[in-house]
Amino acid sequence: MIDFELSDNDKKVFDHLRQEALVCRNYARHYDENEHEFPPDELPEAADFPSLLKVLGGRTEDDTGMGVLSMLISQAQTWGDYSVRMRRGSGGLGNAALRAAGTPAQHEKWGDLTLAMAITEPGCGSDPSLVATTAVLDEDAGEWVINGEKIFVTTGCRAEGVVIWATIDKSAGRAGIKSFLVEKGTPGFVVAHKEKKLGIRADDTAAYVFTDCRIPRENLLGGKEEIPKAGSGGFKGVMKTFNMTRPAVAAIGLGIAEAALDFTREQLEQADVTIDYGPGMPNQSAVAQKFQELEASYEAAVLTVLRAAWLADHGKPNNLESSICKAKAGSAVREVTQGCIEILGPMGVSRDHLLEKWFRDCRITDIYEGTGQIQNLIIARTILGYTRKDLK
Amino acid sequence: MISFGPSEEQEVVRETLRGFAQEAVRPLARECDEESRVPEDFLQGVWELGLTSTQIPESYGGGGEERSPVTNTLVLEELAYGDAALALAATAPSQFAFAIRDQGSEEQRQAYLPLFCGDAFHAASVALVEPVPAFDVFSPRTVAESKGDAWVLSGTKSFVPFGDRASHFLVLARAGSNGSGRVEAFVVPRDAEGLSISEPEKKMGLKALPTHSLTLERVEVGAADRLGGEAGCDVARLVNHGRVGLCAAMTGLSRAVMEYAIPYAKDRHAFDQAIAQKQAVAFMLSDMAIETDSMRWMLWKAASQLEQGLDATRSAHLARAYAAKQSMKIADNGIQVLGGHGFIREHPVEMWYRHARCLGVLEGVAAV
Repeated sequence: MIDFELSDNDKKVFDHLRQEALVCRNYARHYDENEHEFPPDELPEAADFPSLLKVLGGRTEDDTGMGVLSMLISQAQTWGDYSVRMRRGSGGLGNAALRAAGTPAQHEKWGDLTLAMAITEPGCGSDPSLVATTAVLDEDAGEWVINGEKIFVTTGCRAEGVVIWATIDKSAGRAGIKSFLVEKGTPGFVVAHKEKKLGIRADDTAAYVFTDCRIPRENLLGGKEEIPKAGSGGFKGVMKTFNMTRPAVAAIGLGIAEAALDFTREQLEQADVTIDYGPGMPNQSAVAQKFQELEASYEAAVLTVLRAAWLADHGKPNNLESSICKAKAGSAVREVTQGCIEILGPMGVSRDHLLEKWFRDCRITDIYEGTGQIQNLIIARTILGYTRKDLK
Repeated sequence: MISFGPSEEQEVVRETLRGFAQEAVRPLARECDEESRVPEDFLQGVWELGLTSTQIPESYGGGGEERSPVTNTLVLEELAYGDAALALAATAPSQFAFAIRDQGSEEQRQAYLPLFCGDAFHAASVALVEPVPAFDVFSPRTVAESKGDAWVLSGTKSFVPFGDRASHFLVLARAGSNGSGRVEAFVVPRDAEGLSISEPEKKMGLKALPTHSLTLERVEVGAADRLGGEAGCDVARLVNHGRVGLCAAMTGLSRAVMEYAIPYAKDRHAFDQAIAQKQAVAFMLSDMAIETDSMRWMLWKAASQLEQGLDATRSAHLARAYAAKQSMKIADNGIQVLGGHGFIREHPVEMWYRHARCLGVLEGVAAV
């Protein structure tokens, strides 16, 4: 049945998350202005709060599916703050990659570590086939030798290990790219610095350098050393991890946009501007109309995210839909936060409020995990039945 | 529970209507537009699908199926994918019938619902729009003065579907002569004294949907003719069903544009490649895909709220406003992708461009 209402069990989860988010928000400004500090793994208030796992207990088949729910959870968390969390989860993007592509032995060995994911390099962003980091097999030693630089590594400072993309054969292009797991403390692996950013400043974003960094042969994720033949879809295996991360990143941005809308609505109400959905154009103020336009974009984006997650919950392919929601949310969050500042005017850019921070924080969500343009390219190829050769 | 899963029955209905739209709607669209008419056998053909009667309770002669705005939304998207004007013509009687079904008094249900359960197409429509700039449905100028046991209606309505043949009109008017009362709906029979019906309106788009203006000069109806009888009705609910209906039509239209533009762009070559291989064109198409999806999920959300009896005012308003903006943009880009051919009446895109502009500013010609 087509339904968009939360069950009572769902609502319990979000009541809980709202309480947490309000606590996190108290710390938001501090960690934005003191970017050298990391928010603690656990806030002092966390002791009094039940764990999310506990709150998620007792779910039934009348409750929202876990994929959809996890998108709404991400959104509810970033509504509080992007970087400050009540309790920091142990997983990073690398954990998702390990789950998707690792062998059972690899799951066993590294499953408990916090793993970052390092793809981007100074000379390679949206086109991962340009990866220049190399992995050369030293058969005698039974080791891979890694050389190269990685940037924009999320949770890169805190992580205990990292999944990196490196090429084992540059002439093979994308097919030569493999995922490797490198643990912190491995000689030749250096965290060069923490990046200074426009927004999400409290977030840990690192740059790595690998110099003759030797890792065991079995650290190749999935264990397959051969290079797939052209057209056999080897690269798609690597791309598989994106199916749920694109909606997740979209949801993260939308939590920020939702915060901006809620704040703006509150401020307008205090100024006696009400947002009423009944009346037509002549009986609406320009401000109310603008606000509703932003709300509509936000709503549209949220629903595309839930749609992509719902497909995954039902075991249906969602590559197209995850790109649709990522593209939609990326542009919606920019429109919303920019528009909220426009509505509130100069007070919108004051650091006395968090709106200006949200405007800066959400901007990244149209860039990482694939820019809006890359998403459009994927969408266009899919609906046109084109390969990447047909549409570059 | 959040779910995007239509029921099996709804899937069947959707498939059936998809086929019908391709075989029985799209091929007629151009000719009907050129001639500003809707063929009788088309109306009869759709009527036999039972879109109106199935959701009328058996006690009034209907199919007795559950009243489902969600199912009707799926139906309207498919029909409008065929052609928006013909889709609205096919479903116009539903708006009157569903309003009676949802909010009519028992007396009204008994009087009017059986009209829609016969074998032959039966026209009745809702008179909502007025010919004033920036019309607001909640501030009509048509008034209904209370006169003892009766109501006296005065005002002008436009864009009323099937004015030439509707047996009854549901006229929205502000109750009370000083213009301060609430908006109510009144059943007015076509032969009511003081009611005059214009020649067919000449429109830019949706030409196949016959519409007329009504002039009401002190038209008197009984107290029992107010929708809902003594209790009156919830006009917002009536309007919300209409807004969602329009949104469904705009979604179907947008999908039609996209699915027409894609093969054209792949087929049309310039500078040694298909124009679809150029990002400037490809991105117009990907944007159509993004926004058609967005529109549809907003539409589904509003429809499911209506179905569950929740207040859908916000969802319906946002969905309609969003669909109006995006479907116009999609139709606009549809022409751009086809270039000069988009401007030529050999292709349907220029027609959809005109339809889109009409749908975006209307109220009350569709309902779910």
